[in-house]
Amino acid sequence: MSALLEITNVTKTFPGVVANENISVSVAAGEIVALLGENGAGKSTLVKSVFGMVRPDSGEIRIKGELIAPGDTGGAIARGVGMVHQHFQLVPVMTVTENIILGDEPKRGIFINMKAARAEVIALSEKYGLEVDPDAFVEDLPVGTQQRIEILKALRKDVDLLILDEPTAVLTPQETDELLQVMKNLAASGVGVLFITHKLREVMAVADRVVVLRNGRVAGSTSPKETDEEGLAQLMVGRNVVLQVEKGEAKPEASTLEIKALSVNDDRKHLAVDGLNLEVRAGEIVGVAGVEGNGQRELVEAICGMRPRLSGEVLVSGEATHDMHPHKVHSMGVSHIPEDREKHGLVSSYSIEDNLVLNQFDRDPFAKGWIRNVAALEENATRLVEEFDIRTPSIKTTAGALSGGNKQKVVVARELSQDTRVVIAAQPTRGVDVGSIEFIHNQLIAARDAGAAVLLVSAELDEILSLADRVAVMSGGKIVAILDAKDAERGLVGRLMAGLSA
Amino acid sequence: MKKLLSFKWLLTLLLVVITGYFYSKDGVITSSVVSTALIFGLPLALAAMVGIMCERTGIVNIGIEGTLLFSAFVGFFTASATDSDFYGVVAAVIAGTASGVLLAFMSISWKMDQIIAGTIINILATGLTSFLYKQGHTAPTTSEIDIPWLSKIPFFGQVLFMHGPIVYIGLVLIFVLYVALFHTSWGLRSRAVGEHPGSADTAGVSVFKLRYLNVSIAGAVGGLAGAYLSLELVGSWDRGFTAGKGFTALALMIFGRWNPMGALAAAMFFGLTQAVTNQLMFSQIVKIPDQFVNMLPYILTIVVLAISAGKVRPPAAEGQQYEKEQA
Repeated sequence: MSALLEITNVTKTFPGVVANENISVSVAAGEIVALLGENGAGKSTLVKSVFGMVRPDSGEIRIKGELIAPGDTGGAIARGVGMVHQHFQLVPVMTVTENIILGDEPKRGIFINMKAARAEVIALSEKYGLEVDPDAFVEDLPVGTQQRIEILKALRKDVDLLILDEPTAVLTPQETDELLQVMKNLAASGVGVLFITHKLREVMAVADRVVVLRNGRVAGSTSPKETDEEGLAQLMVGRNVVLQVEKGEAKPEASTLEIKALSVNDDRKHLAVDGLNLEVRAGEIVGVAGVEGNGQRELVEAICGMRPRLSGEVLVSGEATHDMHPHKVHSMGVSHIPEDREKHGLVSSYSIEDNLVLNQFDRDPFAKGWIRNVAALEENATRLVEEFDIRTPSIKTTAGALSGGNKQKVVVARELSQDTRVVIAAQPTRGVDVGSIEFIHNQLIAARDAGAAVLLVSAELDEILSLADRVAVMSGGKIVAILDAKDAERGLVGRLMAGLSA
Repeated sequence: MKKLLSFKWLLTLLLVVITGYFYSKDGVITSSVVSTALIFGLPLALAAMVGIMCERTGIVNIGIEGTLLFSAFVGFFTASATDSDFYGVVAAVIAGTASGVLLAFMSISWKMDQIIAGTIINILATGLTSFLYKQGHTAPTTSEIDIPWLSKIPFFGQVLFMHGPIVYIGLVLIFVLYVALFHTSWGLRSRAVGEHPGSADTAGVSVFKLRYLNVSIAGAVGGLAGAYLSLELVGSWDRGFTAGKGFTALALMIFGRWNPMGALAAAMFFGLTQAVTNQLMFSQIVKIPDQFVNMLPYILTIVVLAISAGKVRPPAAEGQQYEKEQA
């Protein structure tokens, strides 16, 4: 039997980068193949080539033996390929139905038959057990639901091959499990599934085969039966990786960060943080677990002075910081690793050395009055690049030119190299490769051991569970439970995150 | 949003009541004023359609002014040379389409900044027409067609059914565009491309082709508006005689929230204001210097933009290049 999808010797270069080099992968009907690799390993580029979103320089892609012309998305769809994209390809101001039918609309004469379209969406949603409201506007829906719409869109035309590009990045553990189940059901009905992830647990759970990419090449091919998570990680990174974070017992002292009855609005002026209470003691890591969009971002921004409070207090070592300018909050000893490093963490067009002093460029020793001290800047940058293992050609390189992991290391280096009493780390390892994750985790633990109060906000439950000394579960703008690390069991935390009682 | 909606209905009601009152007082003048409102408003409405078609697919078109000027010029001098109003209109539409294709070429194929591409069209149109202009030509203009039966209806007959051909074509076009934009595949895809091109691309819709198509058709509509100006409304062509109508149309497009019906209503309101002012001046009821009257459209444009500022949401992908391949 010939394979459903055959990728043979595909090469694709972008200016200055070889994204794919002679990659060959195949998927058979009814098989789940996981494409595993670090960020920038070339996974997305490869599947985009299959779906005609990228034109490979050379090599060929065949579906059911038929050659696919480069860049022919319509042709790929017509041959039964469906794809769930990493960045949702949904129109926010349109309804769920409009989004799903886009590109192949049911007609009545020259007009779109909205009634038929709606019925089709409802039938589709029932068929796969993925619940959606056909009339809701996409912009009003949470990301988990948007993900379901993406999947329904991909499944609409009885696909033979389903490609999923990091589908679980924004899902709760329960939603992830549901999605993995959907994938298994599809495979059982004969659909070939090619899915991209960098989460080893998911690979072990569903994949029949694993293809590991590293630096644009196939680093190896294996199956969950033949290896374990450590083995996969090693294949991915090319060296030994310690997945389990090694840390000593926390020795918490006095409460350093206190949040009392804090209420904050989100951008749309809806209450996002609702009378929240939390304290973080010096020398401990408190992990805030929660489905994204439950007020975590607003909480972090309020603590850091980036968002005005409605009511309540934020105290750092007993001193009220809730009405201070972000720069002032920082000078109180509050370090912030922001969720969106491109927007709030770095100035992409500035050099690394400038980025490393973004929040203290005006202070001794980096400036004397109006004059910057270039020697001190360079000395600082050289030392931090070395210490934090930032891989860059030079300290004068612009931050925008670095890979995601190295950008994040610049932010971490800047924030943790200073004397800090409080560290606010929001999604510190989002979009960062396994090797860098390990490094950043160790840095956070080092900060804790040096006596800082660390507040870790993460959508990755595994990250929270492996780092935090106490786990605060956030749902609907409130802390619904605080658990000691030893009591924080995956399933329990997941249920609390979903707003269910334990 | 609700507030603006009720404001809209209130204004409509007010206009109907006022019109009714004046019609009972003096039917002839009232009918003529409202009819003039349509005549003044139509080119603005058509020009706003050009903007809507482009921006709904994500291409900003600030070259409408140039399209109007150029197509009006080509239309007028073709009509003059061939002694045929029909050939004049056809030539104007072709000229408008050409300006649309040029905009598409610059902003889609060359990935030029769309504001600059539009500005180039404006400068090119002003320069070319001024250079080629010869005084003293006349051309046949389109003649009024009274629709049988319908034109006999009191008030509405004169307001709606006693016009030149381009008024009828234009009005039908606006309604067709409205229906097409919200009830056909073409409309759904166009709006998707203007909001989030990736969503259309991943659904197998070619962003490139659809943008080209829409910007070119929009150019043709602009050509029709130009023909209307030189061959139906004014009957002549003069340097810079479009007097910023292309820019006013952009304001109306925004005020009408990128919706053909909204823009049509806004354009008619504009036309009415001018018609009423003209009438007041003509019958010597008010005596204001001409200069102030001529300022009116521009002042209204500023007011309109100030009212709609911050309350409307443009198509999200407007003005952005779509790059299919990203690492």
